[in-house]
Amino acid sequence: MKRWLLFLPLLAFIGLGAFFLRELDSDHAVPSALVSHRFPDFSAPLLSLKPQQTAQTANASALKGQISLVNVWASWCPSCAVEHPFLMKLARQKVPLFGVNYKDQRDRARQWLEKRGNPYRMIFVDEKGLLGIDLGVRGAPETFLVDAKGVIRYKHEGVLDASVWNDELVPLVAQLRAEQIP
Amino acid sequence: MIPELGHIALILSFCLALVLGVVPLLGSYRARPDWQALARPLAVGQFVFVLLAFLVLMQAFVAGDFSVAYVANNSGTQLPLIYRISAVWGAHEGSLLLWVLILSGWTLAVAVFPGPLPAHTLARVLAVMGLVSVGFQLFVLLTSNPFSRVLPWPPAEGAELNPLLQDIGLVIHPPILYMGYVGFSVVFALAIAALLEGKVDASWARWSRPWTLVAWVFLTLGIALGSWWAYYELGWGGWWFWDPVENASFMPWLLATALLHSLAVTARQGVLSSWTLLLAIGTFSLSLLGTFLVRSGVLTSVHAFASDPARGLFILLFLVVVVGSSLLLFALRAPAVAVRWRFTLLSREMFLIANTAVFSVACATVLLGTLYPLMIDALGLGKISVGPPFFNTFLVPLTLLAAFMLGLGVVTSWQQGRLQQQVRPLCGTALVSCAAGALVAFVSNEAFEVRVALVMTLVVWVVLMSLGALVSQSRREADRLLVGLGRLPGRVWGMHLAHIGLAVVMVGILMVSLHSSGKDVRMKPGDQLQLEGYSFRFEGVRRRPGPNYIANYGSLRIVGPQGVPMLMHPEKRLYTASRSVLTEAAIVPGLFRDIYVALGEDLGEGAWAVRIQIKAFVRWIWGGALLMALGGALCVASRCRQRRGQTSAAPSADAAAASLAAGQSADAPLAAQVARS
Repeated sequence: MKRWLLFLPLLAFIGLGAFFLRELDSDHAVPSALVSHRFPDFSAPLLSLKPQQTAQTANASALKGQISLVNVWASWCPSCAVEHPFLMKLARQKVPLFGVNYKDQRDRARQWLEKRGNPYRMIFVDEKGLLGIDLGVRGAPETFLVDAKGVIRYKHEGVLDASVWNDELVPLVAQLRAEQIP
Repeated sequence: MIPELGHIALILSFCLALVLGVVPLLGSYRARPDWQALARPLAVGQFVFVLLAFLVLMQAFVAGDFSVAYVANNSGTQLPLIYRISAVWGAHEGSLLLWVLILSGWTLAVAVFPGPLPAHTLARVLAVMGLVSVGFQLFVLLTSNPFSRVLPWPPAEGAELNPLLQDIGLVIHPPILYMGYVGFSVVFALAIAALLEGKVDASWARWSRPWTLVAWVFLTLGIALGSWWAYYELGWGGWWFWDPVENASFMPWLLATALLHSLAVTARQGVLSSWTLLLAIGTFSLSLLGTFLVRSGVLTSVHAFASDPARGLFILLFLVVVVGSSLLLFALRAPAVAVRWRFTLLSREMFLIANTAVFSVACATVLLGTLYPLMIDALGLGKISVGPPFFNTFLVPLTLLAAFMLGLGVVTSWQQGRLQQQVRPLCGTALVSCAAGALVAFVSNEAFEVRVALVMTLVVWVVLMSLGALVSQSRREADRLLVGLGRLPGRVWGMHLAHIGLAVVMVGILMVSLHSSGKDVRMKPGDQLQLEGYSFRFEGVRRRPGPNYIANYGSLRIVGPQGVPMLMHPEKRLYTASRSVLTEAAIVPGLFRDIYVALGEDLGEGAWAVRIQIKAFVRWIWGGALLMALGGALCVASRCRQRRGQTSAAPSADAAAASLAAGQSADAPLAAQVARS
């Protein structure tokens, strides 16, 4: 056996390590091109929790009139399940929370919510991911902060948890409220 | 005050680990027996203080001290005592403390049972384990202190333990799994010590085998328990999901299995030592990698209860230091000499080597499948998920290949196997296996399916070959079969038992994938449903309070083909503290089928969505895993007894003959030593 062959495991590991380091870093700060743009116009059916109900549709005007969070989720997305209890907490604090059910099957989404509880005021169904393309969704979950005029003010990629909420969103919401008063 | 004592105990044990990691190691280089002799008392001291810290945390849980943040987040006043105890390892901080406790426990075990390890080697092994412990304790102290307080206003009530974890399976699953994961630190430390010494020989491998086996037994049990828990608790009726965290435990298992087999070759011939060393390092590295993947938030899954980039960075650095330095050491010092192999192409060694290769490839496949979505994402090629089809496509053929070679391996002899002598019995067994496999495929399905025939053929093949090997070995012991079987040492039984366990698992997996039927139906009280010869009558749902939840308590009357009625009670529980709903399935277990009933959602007017499933042979999967673990335990027990016999007296002629027959190298005539050149 040649001595250099014994270095192969080390080289493979260095490659893996560098890759992981990059992954850890990439978790932070993904500036969205959409920040300070209007939430894209859309018309989407609403997910109703009872299968027999006929589906209503909604459009971007549903988001106007209040500061709201729009959360992109799917039942196939494990991180969404991780994030979910925190969203329930926000919902109990009466935070206006809207869902975009991204590339999902309605039945699965319904079951998922039945099992865990529904934090959303409305859920827009985006079965083919078209709204997702407009929003520049890279992967669920993602959360957008939309102001009362329907303009995106912040985007968070990945799990929304207490630290993101307290460090990023709460100050921004306070600032938006201050802007609204005059 | 008491939690602070726990914190102090942890700091003290960290200091002891630091001394343990440095002084004996230096002592081994400077030939200072006094420095080396420090290793054992330090290992004991470290264990005592970690245990103290752990007990303090447990006391905080039992007493419900919500001023400790970790307790407040994971316990509640309504939580039953057993779950208050298991909640200690119910989340990130505590489970890391458990990890440290078990690591120091293994270190203690090595210190107490050093066997014939020379003093300087023992010092090095304990020092390496001490260094690993330093890393983990630093991690706990710096990023995940379980003793930090919420003062001055502690909450009156805790947030309670995640309801999914309030289950007996989760009380015992983490400790057993960790015993396995962390247990590989011993063989890792032995490998590092051997590399430092530059001496890897057959006796090194013989030393490493029992430690590896014990850890492997625990890991096998831990994985089986986890799968069983997922089956009855998650409410989906599946038993394995190829979830990243499941893969994280499965990869070390695959590599450890490869390591066990390659150790068997090294222990006999001294050959293959570089490969064995690499497997030893790899197995423990994958245990660490599993920890990293789960804790860092790089991969998220149902198990990932703590994803914090700061913690992730720490573990990554730790991983780089531990794995990087050991691989560097390996590259510099591993024996690279081409040893003249003293065995033929059709010897047992060759089949063992081939099987370690199969297991390593399987491990690499799982690693790739787990990391591939991440890599695609990193390259900006979109989000994909690698699901069961990928893993099944690769792992099923690999398993079949392993089973085929296993059958050949157990009947060929060491070194000079000549299949020519055995062609006729082999062909006979092969024919019987094919016939049996085809028969099962015809009987069990309406249509003949090739995959069923193939899998069942190999199952029968493994069982027949193992039994055949048992019989022929017992013939060598004594003329009468039963007498001979009784004289066979435990490790021979253990090996064959573990192999038959694999066959049992294969039957389980095949049958559960073929003959499981299920229905999701809406049922009102009084509704009837027929499925696979069982009739299900829904008797309605009533409210029933539990200790910390309110349950919708369903009742179904089941009448089976034999006409014996049974009552099943699936539940839907609302945990009051966390306001989360949990499905508690009702299961009637059976050797050949499980009846599985879970409540879906309330559809109004007393009607409920009900999921009814019949799972064929699903118990065989865990039963087979138990057989494997039992086989491993038998091997360990018999090896320990043998070792005790060796230290007191020369091995009896009887044992020597047995070890030759079983291919063990207690006193192999050709224990080739591979000295580094």
